Amino acid sequence: MTLTAIIFAGILTYLTRMTMIALISRDMLGDKIKAVLEYVPSAVFPAIIFPGIFINDFGTFIEMNDPKIFGALVAVIVGYFSKNIIATISAGLVSYWFLIFVVFN
Amino acid sequence: MLTKKQLFTRGMLDISPHMLSVIPFGIICGAIGVELGFHPYLVYAMSFIIFGGASQIVFLQLLSGGASSLVAVASVGIINSRHLLYGAVLSEYLEKLSFIKKLLISYVVVDQGFAESNKFFKKNRTEEFLHYHLIGTGCTMWVCWQIATLSGIVLGSFVPEELGLKFAIPLTFIAIVVQDLKKLDHVIVMITCGLSSLLFFDAPFKSYIIISPIIALFVAALLLRLKK
Repeated sequence: MTLTAIIFAGILTYLTRMTMIALISRDMLGDKIKAVLEYVPSAVFPAIIFPGIFINDFGTFIEMNDPKIFGALVAVIVGYFSKNIIATISAGLVSYWFLIFVVFN
Repeated sequence: MLTKKQLFTRGMLDISPHMLSVIPFGIICGAIGVELGFHPYLVYAMSFIIFGGASQIVFLQLLSGGASSLVAVASVGIINSRHLLYGAVLSEYLEKLSFIKKLLISYVVVDQGFAESNKFFKKNRTEEFLHYHLIGTGCTMWVCWQIATLSGIVLGSFVPEELGLKFAIPLTFIAIVVQDLKKLDHVIVMITCGLSSLLFFDAPFKSYIIISPIIALFVAALLLRLKK
């Protein structure tokens, strides 16, 4: 029963991946659409970033002094200047852990 | 001209830093599935059949919370609909491939792989075997995801929750978009998307994840018009 649902969810997910790659040809997208598509990373990833920071596991907004906000700010600053993915992620995690385990403990 | 092997390796190298957040997240996904009471085989089957990070957790949480299979399946479809946008961007670089190759390569298109391969494609348009970069990012992600979720299933409740490792996911995506903060138009598009995602967070079926990019792309279209 659950396996059937997983298979349907898998087929649906595969279709989302395949449709545009396999069924769209270059001529179907005009220059204007292509110019807009340049913004896809900037238009999609904040929808993963913002809720990951500002909304907790219970689906409600966090307090403004939540350690995640600080961790994210540190990650943005370190990432901007270092241009290094590992440095960005570690700086964010370490500053977050510093707050929850050392400062707020 | 880079060879297929060089491009594949380059793809592997470009995505590997993201494994710092993907592997802990995969372990959490596996552990949550078992903790919610699902059979380990089912939890693992998802990593193979769906192969889609957050959507796997949402699926299990909905089912264990008493939602119908239909709601769970629909939510996975909506969460993953963002791949349509990735596909639209990538199609330009993959159009020379045969239909069968397009069908195969589609299975390994993931967020971080799309982001890193797209960056590489933009700089190296003339390479003949560009798609090997995408295969490199996708396969690296696939292997790590399988190993990570399996480890989570085995470790189960041993995974320490208080570390808050889920927070690594927003951080990985910050690393992807942070350099675009130099461009004002991109900043506007990002803020539009981020605020919309918070505003529509309670929309049914987790649809905020596709509603906010659509709003943000409309804003991007407006900005392009203003630029002229």
